[in-house]
Amino acid sequence: MTAALETPPVRTPAPAPARRRRFPVGRFLAYAVLVFFALVYVYPFVIQVVTSFKTNSDATNSPLSLLPDPVTTAAFGRLFDTDFALWGFNSVWVSLLVTLGRVFLCSLAGYALARLRFRGRSALFTAVLAVMAVPSVVLLIPKFLVLNQLGIYDTPVALFLPLVADAAGVFIMKQFFESVPASIEEAARIDGAGTFRIFWSVVLPMARPALITLTILSFQASWNELPHFIVASQDRDLYTLTKGVATLTTGQLGSGNQFPLTLGAALLMTLPVAVVFFVFQRYFVAGANEGAVKG
Amino acid sequence: MTAAPAPAGGLRTRPLRGSGAPGASRAGQGRAGWAFATPQAVLIGLFVLIPILMAFWVSLTDWRGRGSPFSGSVGFVGFDNYAAILTEPGLARQDFMTALRNNAWYVLLVVPLQTAIALGLALVLNSRIRAKGFFRTAFYFPTVTSSVAISLVFIFLFTGGGAVNALLGVFGIDGPNWFSDSRGLLHLVGDGLGLWDSANPPAALTSGGPAGLTWWDWLSGPSIALAALILLVVWTSAGGYMLMFLAALQDVPADVREAAVMDGANRWQRFRAVTLPALRPTLFLVTTLGLIGTWQVFDQVYLISQGNPAKTTLTPAYLSYTSAFEVGQWGRAAAMSFVLFAIIVVLTTLQRFLMRDKDAAAERKAARAAARRRTSTTFFHADR
Repeated sequence: MTAALETPPVRTPAPAPARRRRFPVGRFLAYAVLVFFALVYVYPFVIQVVTSFKTNSDATNSPLSLLPDPVTTAAFGRLFDTDFALWGFNSVWVSLLVTLGRVFLCSLAGYALARLRFRGRSALFTAVLAVMAVPSVVLLIPKFLVLNQLGIYDTPVALFLPLVADAAGVFIMKQFFESVPASIEEAARIDGAGTFRIFWSVVLPMARPALITLTILSFQASWNELPHFIVASQDRDLYTLTKGVATLTTGQLGSGNQFPLTLGAALLMTLPVAVVFFVFQRYFVAGANEGAVKG
Repeated sequence: MTAAPAPAGGLRTRPLRGSGAPGASRAGQGRAGWAFATPQAVLIGLFVLIPILMAFWVSLTDWRGRGSPFSGSVGFVGFDNYAAILTEPGLARQDFMTALRNNAWYVLLVVPLQTAIALGLALVLNSRIRAKGFFRTAFYFPTVTSSVAISLVFIFLFTGGGAVNALLGVFGIDGPNWFSDSRGLLHLVGDGLGLWDSANPPAALTSGGPAGLTWWDWLSGPSIALAALILLVVWTSAGGYMLMFLAALQDVPADVREAAVMDGANRWQRFRAVTLPALRPTLFLVTTLGLIGTWQVFDQVYLISQGNPAKTTLTPAYLSYTSAFEVGQWGRAAAMSFVLFAIIVVLTTLQRFLMRDKDAAAERKAARAAARRRTSTTFFHADR
């Protein structure tokens, strides 16, 4: 990141000298704006990384310095004296189950809405759209009520099952399946393949890009989820990373100046999503435009 | 969601359907259709639709969180809970109105700021620029990280002796104690201009006002603490909206732009006459999503300020949460959720009405076409 930062403003592109002479001021301003915002966006992350290797007093006394003095991993050591590993474990299995569940069930439902004729299909699709329009924060209290009523509040099931319910994913998959020509399925059908077989071995392999996009969106959403975990459980053994790390500042542990500890925790919990982001970046870009429908 | 593409997609399937599967039996398809759709439909019903109905019932009762809200011992109180937070003078209404005031200021600042920054960055990135990918990634990255991680970073940056104040100190500015400063920005601006003295506010404003708060309270502006949250959220979300603008800018017809250049239009004229009209649907989408998102602010308040200082970062979503889970006023808390829901619906409808113009119908059609193109192409060839 920092390496790339240095390149843009200094070297002016060689080609098109005529155009350069026409808009040198505009060009300069554009780079000035971009570099300013890049600093504003990158610097906090740099400070975060650096500070997690500082001592508490160093972090408090020289918050701007980019050189830890001394360099120490003490904060990470203290972090693993907390339940951090347990939170991480919970986040992993919850995110995996939510992602698997969403991808499989949304593809099934999306395929049915796009391709299969059945009574009540358009009503079902209208319901999907209506559900997508419900602001999620309005659902906090309702979700607790239903978990409580079903007797699964404060159980592992309460952590992941409600998050599998996802109307936006159904919408994304339906849109994709409609863009695929139906002729291949027809050929398979004439060969005598059943509907599920056609779906599983003909349609799904073709849907790879959409499946990857949905996988990434689901993983990111469940990994970063906070409000649902707040209302779905209170048992300390069921804390996920978001909820657990939140207690480092809001709970009893939230003692004043442990900035290296909290920033180290924030750093570690960001890593998985960051890796996925940099590997599958183009799918994130796609998802941002597609996910626009969800909000 | 209110976005236009959805119904278009729905309509479009119908002609396809007839030709969909000539060989298959109708009954077989019907069974398969329900079998495929049922698991997700049941989950959505169980965890979205039924909960909403249950919460509406709870909002009409005096349930205090013990036992089942559907048992006979729970009292039905009609719309009393709604009255308590909307019309009856008292602490409940005062808190709810304070939360609404805070959130309104928050929306008023976040939505224009994040939209303007997103649009500005997209326009600059859409010109001939080196290292485009790096800049795009840098601006977008905060959007994919968790609110918890970002909030922790901002707590450190904005703490009294933190990085932001150290930076301000370099320029000789004595920064405030951000997250514990409850002074309203408009009050401070008025002080600075000599309009009034906050320590001794004008009686005309403090003597009365609508819904249990004085005019002085309503017009405080966001507190310094809330302003810090506003900066955080604008910083986090602008990148995501920038991507939407970038995608839309690819749809601006190049031939029209070239024609405008030939006609001697300058940059500003080209922007007004060619680019901006093409961006209208996206502008609409971004402000709608912004409105919906900003009225729901919860995570950052829960993580950073818990409504403090002096209730100036209290928001309806957070107040609803604490009223239920900490105070045990479930009926009142559920009522707050529904009022918040109504506010979001009314404001997005109002915004849709305000942002339409004479040829709105034609534009909606164009937007729908563009959205359809986008779902079938951009989505799966994302590198553009």
